[in-house]
Amino acid sequence: MSNARIFDRSTVEHVAKLSALSLSNEEAERFTTELAAIVAHVDELTSIDTTDVPPTYQVCIPASSMRDDVVLPSLTNEEALSGAPRQAFGGFAVPVFVEG
Amino acid sequence: MTVSESLDSIVRIAESVRSGGCSAEAIARETLSRVEAREPSVRAFLHVDHEGFVAAARAVDAKRARGEELGLLAGVPIAIKDALCMKGVPTTAASRILEGYKPVYDATVVARLRAADATLVGKTNLDEFAMGSSNENSAFAPVHNPWDLSRAPGGSSGGSAAAVSSRMCLGSLGSDTGGSIRQPASFCGIVGVKPTYGRVSRYGLIAFASSLDQVGPFATDVRGAARMLRVLAGHDPHDATSLDAPVDDYEAACDRPVAGLRVGIPREYFGPGLDPEVDMAVRRAISCLEQYGCTVKPVSMPHTKYAVATYYVLATAEASSNLARFDGVRFGLRKEPDHDLRSMYGATRDAGFGPEVKRRILLGTFVLSSGFYDAYYLKAQKVRTLITRDFEAAFQEVDVLCAPTAPTTAFRLGEKTHDPLAMYLSDIDTLPASLAGIPALSVPVGLSANGLPIGLQVMAPHLHEARAFAVAAACERHDALHVGAPAAFP
Repeated sequence: MSNARIFDRSTVEHVAKLSALSLSNEEAERFTTELAAIVAHVDELTSIDTTDVPPTYQVCIPASSMRDDVVLPSLTNEEALSGAPRQAFGGFAVPVFVEG
Repeated sequence: MTVSESLDSIVRIAESVRSGGCSAEAIARETLSRVEAREPSVRAFLHVDHEGFVAAARAVDAKRARGEELGLLAGVPIAIKDALCMKGVPTTAASRILEGYKPVYDATVVARLRAADATLVGKTNLDEFAMGSSNENSAFAPVHNPWDLSRAPGGSSGGSAAAVSSRMCLGSLGSDTGGSIRQPASFCGIVGVKPTYGRVSRYGLIAFASSLDQVGPFATDVRGAARMLRVLAGHDPHDATSLDAPVDDYEAACDRPVAGLRVGIPREYFGPGLDPEVDMAVRRAISCLEQYGCTVKPVSMPHTKYAVATYYVLATAEASSNLARFDGVRFGLRKEPDHDLRSMYGATRDAGFGPEVKRRILLGTFVLSSGFYDAYYLKAQKVRTLITRDFEAAFQEVDVLCAPTAPTTAFRLGEKTHDPLAMYLSDIDTLPASLAGIPALSVPVGLSANGLPIGLQVMAPHLHEARAFAVAAACERHDALHVGAPAAFP
């Protein structure tokens, strides 16, 4: 895999879109150079033989760590909304995103 | 004993307040006067909670006056990394995107400190969302290393380490994802402990990489850190990853003899890139352990060299997912240029996140994206298994592993900010233990010729923090390894 081919400006723009990040032209340029170098370093992993090696998702955690399904006191509506930049009708206010 | 004299160790403060030798309020006042004098040059804090701190101290004194028994940390001033929620106190994770946010609940670790009658000074600076190794990624200001103000305190818990190193307080909380407690502890000449993954609750910790994040203590001495961990550790129903395992008496472990303990020296930690002075100090500490009767044995952990690449795939992947919640809807900053949902997300996140956070979100999204998942993310998870197996094999032969905490002493502010990869590579010694989820701590064992502290990293098998405390306390007791406080901040 050629990193120059993988990690170019269009990759950064694609990934920025997936990440909901609006980047300035200058940021996109800078991240292209920096991330290409980091990806080139990370590429060393591809040379390691991992045949029959299972992935590790979590360490130390027993399989069934569930608490009892009991209703306990929670945040009030007012508390839950206390950090919201905008609120309306007892909920979080967001721009219209469904045409009606 | 004067108030100032009792302010030299966590255990001394607590015992002095518990016995009535000193009031918690007097300790709090002395702490605030130190903060006033020292903070302008160190810049460890993002917020000092003057009122809450003094009120908590008075409440401790009132509790004693009522004849009630006081907790293990009675009247001990402790600072909290600003990635942890404190009810009603500004909590930003050193990010513009959370500026002005006040949590409506306490993190479990904060609640446990309060329940042990600790008094909480305020919130300490960090690299934005705990992403960094020098504290220079804070959106607000860099922190200065108390041993040399032109140098970095390390990161990401740089403020917590510098606050303790400069003796503004004697204990603090940090979080460690890839070394964020141990490396700043090493740079600042104090004790820092990353417990076993799951040992301490993360409820109320602003998440960075959930399969790695762990909360732990900083202290001026090993016993103080041990007492803090005793208070912090234990199962929490609010955190499904917290372990329901018995918590040892870590303070008692500090008095345990280390004779007969098998100490492994992983040769991969002593390779190229290790500063000769760090090498010498760490080897001197290991020979002191031999004098105490430990058996020293070289071991090999061949996958160590892949830890940086593995970590920066896994941690950024998890971060890209965790940081999706910062979207301008529920808390913090919101930018709405076009009254359209997508542009609100983009503009809010572009204005709110700093360069390192964006870099990691982009990298993490890339390694999880279609076509690259198997090559990077899945591959890194498999290499994580190999790194963990290295530790399992080593712990068949030895009881603890000793190595440098960081390959160098504290570097200068600005020295590595232009090269993110060079900054990532400075974490090489702390990342393997994070990936394996084992407990590891840093204890100061010497100073370089130019007066900068050097830390020894002690790593132990899962849930065997007590063993690491015993080894660290033995080092601390040895006169040849004494470090003490920085001259400018006695």
